[in-house]
Amino acid sequence: MNADKLLDAKGLACPMPIVKTKKAINELNTGEVLEIHATDKGAKSDLTAWAKSGGHELLQDTEEDGVLKFWVKKG
Amino acid sequence: MGMKLISAKEVTEKVLSDQSLFILDVRNEDAFSDWKIEGKHIEHLNVPYFDLIDGVDEIVDKLPKDSEILVVCAKQGSSEMVGEHLVEAGFKDVFVLEGGMKSWSEYLNPVKISDLKDGGSIYQFVRIGKGCLSYLIKSNGEAIVVDATRTVDAFIDFAKDRDVTIKHVLDTHLHADHISGGRLLQERTGATYYLPPKDAEEVQFDYEPLVEGNDLSVGDTKVTVEPLYSPGHTIGSTSLIVDDKYLLTGDILFVESIGRPDLAGKAGDWADDLRNTLYDKYKELSHDLIVLPAHFGNMSELDDQGRVHAKLGDLYEQNAGLNMEEKEFHRAVSENLPPQPNAYQEIRQTNMGKINPNEEDQREMEIGPNRCAIHG
Repeated sequence: MNADKLLDAKGLACPMPIVKTKKAINELNTGEVLEIHATDKGAKSDLTAWAKSGGHELLQDTEEDGVLKFWVKKG
Repeated sequence: MGMKLISAKEVTEKVLSDQSLFILDVRNEDAFSDWKIEGKHIEHLNVPYFDLIDGVDEIVDKLPKDSEILVVCAKQGSSEMVGEHLVEAGFKDVFVLEGGMKSWSEYLNPVKISDLKDGGSIYQFVRIGKGCLSYLIKSNGEAIVVDATRTVDAFIDFAKDRDVTIKHVLDTHLHADHISGGRLLQERTGATYYLPPKDAEEVQFDYEPLVEGNDLSVGDTKVTVEPLYSPGHTIGSTSLIVDDKYLLTGDILFVESIGRPDLAGKAGDWADDLRNTLYDKYKELSHDLIVLPAHFGNMSELDDQGRVHAKLGDLYEQNAGLNMEEKEFHRAVSENLPPQPNAYQEIRQTNMGKINPNEEDQREMEIGPNRCAIHG
């Protein structure tokens, strides 16, 4: 999936993946897509809940070799 | 005063001492509604940490000005961030739960149930965050541990402090809600590990069968543990009569509920077994036996010393699960059951030795309440 920006949050523990995601999405325009890579297992449920509460859309998420990848469209 | 870390043990003391406590739980809403720190005098506010990244201005009005605030999250990091914001906003008594809900889930609070005949005693290990109950029965320098959780240091240290050797370790059934510490205790202490053979058909390691007629004893003075085959939660579920006075019911009978028969995918088959155990087999036992279950579901099941126990005769009067007509019973144990425990299939596989997840994965698998009873 194409993304407008990539955020590498691998190795970071909660709350940093979301803190950085929030900052990164603030720098995007509505409709643009942010791709996030994280290794903190809690990131999945938290990113899903955060996107929902912030009006963003979680387009897709995958897990490969312990790396969680998310694509979030700015709302 | 600033922000201070507080351990799960200290929080347990606060909960059990009936002190009032205000908890700001900063996990997401799903996690909070699934599972939280409970107690009679606890007040909660749930606001996810991702809404508090820039500060706590929006929730200041909802927080108590002059009392302690305990900030809780999954692992500690997010609580610290929010705790710092609270201190900046002028709050003085701010505590952060050390290790977050993961530590809360693992903490074991040992309490003495009673002395036994001939100088022995029986202790209950209350896993307050998850509702699991383990037991240690000791007499004359020896001990039996029943339904051990995987945090086995608690049992090993307890035995060491009292100069007791753990001789036998047993599980009343193959657990689906938590990872058994049985095998690990066997490895660490050289104790013999017993399992009900009907639950152990697929296990990948050696064990001794826990069966009726094979009484276990501990100490010279013979505190006896008599297995009683009592299927229903699982096909192998086995209760234990200890010292002719205590009935360890495993996940068959709880203080406020009864076990569910569906966690191995065989609700229909096992509902009849559960009915027979609860309505025939247990009924023939002395109603003066003290029931000691393997779980609790509500904080109301704990007495003022944090112990979970009830007289069998009282449960036949008060426990709804023991007072149902057959049709109603079958409905209650097969329909509208609460969700299954988190990762219950993987937990069963782990307890059979079929998969061997690392410690971090084991922790994740055990997140949430036990959910072994028919009432949520």
